[in-house]
Amino acid sequence: MAEGKVDPVHQFTIQTLFGTENWAIGGYNIAFTNSALWMAITTAVLVVFVAGGAKRQLVPGRWQMAVEGLTGFVDNLLQANIGKAGRKYLPYVFSLFAFILFANMLGLLPLALVGVHPFTATSHFTVTGVLAVMSFAIVLGVGFAKHGLHFFSLFVPHGTPVPMIPIIFPIELISFLVRPFSLGLRLFVAMMAGHVLLEVLSGFVISGTNAGVGTFFLAALPSFVLMIGICALELLVAGIQAYVFALLTCVYLNDAENLH
Amino acid sequence: MPQIEQLATTYSSQIFWLLVFFGIVFFVIGRGMLPKVVATMDGRDKQIADDLAAAEAARAAADAEEEAWRAQANRQRAEAQGLIAAAKADAAKATDAKLAAASARIDETVTAAEARISAARAAALAEVEGVAAEAAQDIASRLAGLSIPAEEAQAAVKGVLAHG
Repeated sequence: MAEGKVDPVHQFTIQTLFGTENWAIGGYNIAFTNSALWMAITTAVLVVFVAGGAKRQLVPGRWQMAVEGLTGFVDNLLQANIGKAGRKYLPYVFSLFAFILFANMLGLLPLALVGVHPFTATSHFTVTGVLAVMSFAIVLGVGFAKHGLHFFSLFVPHGTPVPMIPIIFPIELISFLVRPFSLGLRLFVAMMAGHVLLEVLSGFVISGTNAGVGTFFLAALPSFVLMIGICALELLVAGIQAYVFALLTCVYLNDAENLH
Repeated sequence: MPQIEQLATTYSSQIFWLLVFFGIVFFVIGRGMLPKVVATMDGRDKQIADDLAAAEAARAAADAEEEAWRAQANRQRAEAQGLIAAAKADAAKATDAKLAAASARIDETVTAAEARISAARAAALAEVEGVAAEAAQDIASRLAGLSIPAEEAQAAVKGVLAHG
């Protein structure tokens, strides 16, 4: 960061913490990193949030209302996409949605003002990829457990003419197999792009201000105004990406639950 | 891009800690707390639905009761109308009977009175005849010195009276 140079991707660097860099299980390194720390913070905040709202009062207070609103939102999502059978996926989809949402939001907190650097765990495809593979594995498990080999009929849409089946089947199969990648990469890219954009713009603000009054008004100030707007947009993206992840998981689960 | 540069050294730690913390989220929140929240919401929805159903039932009962009350009121009103009509008919009948009795009594009195009057007139006429006959006898004896027997005088008076 010498001479006001900002490295926009430095924020994604993983650093080991508390001297745990040599922790390993079976030869695999499991060092406790800043990424793990922020996942732990996400988990703790989420536990406090839900525990504070699980008061079971008949007339809910504000906090209980917030938790029940979030739960009802995910429940409606499942009802709308899967139907009555969707209830049993509520724990998983709620965990997924809430974990991604809180991780996204916490990563946006302006904690750098007090010298702490927030880390967005969902900006790493190693994290989003695991979540996507987990959703995909559940879809496969449910599909084959419920329908057996009949699950392959998912790749032949209703009303496909027989001569088209040899062509349609591979296309549908490939689009199905691409799902975990698109699911994981979408979240990772959206989170990373927003953070890089904010960092680049903040770099403009710093260098522009350092370069003199002219560049301050020409580049730094507009960039700063733009940053404010992008910050609001990023909050929206944080919610939307969590929603999209949960929604697509629901849609895929519906395929497994009801085939067509 | 650190995500790719550090992939080889950090992927196992990333995956491990994600599974640990997502596992905590899933089992503590998803499996532990969420069923309570959902049960609370379902219980509340059910209670609201039950309360609405109870209110609906109470309204239906009130409607039925009002209907029954109205029917009873109508019946009682009809009964009252019948009683009034009967009482009116009775009163009219009693009045007629009393009027008839009174007019009969009056008729009797009038008839008796008329009989008395005609008797009195007959008596008076008879007296007038007697007096006229005596007066005629007296006049005849005084003027013509004739002594006329009483029967003759009476017959003559009767004849004069009869011929007016």
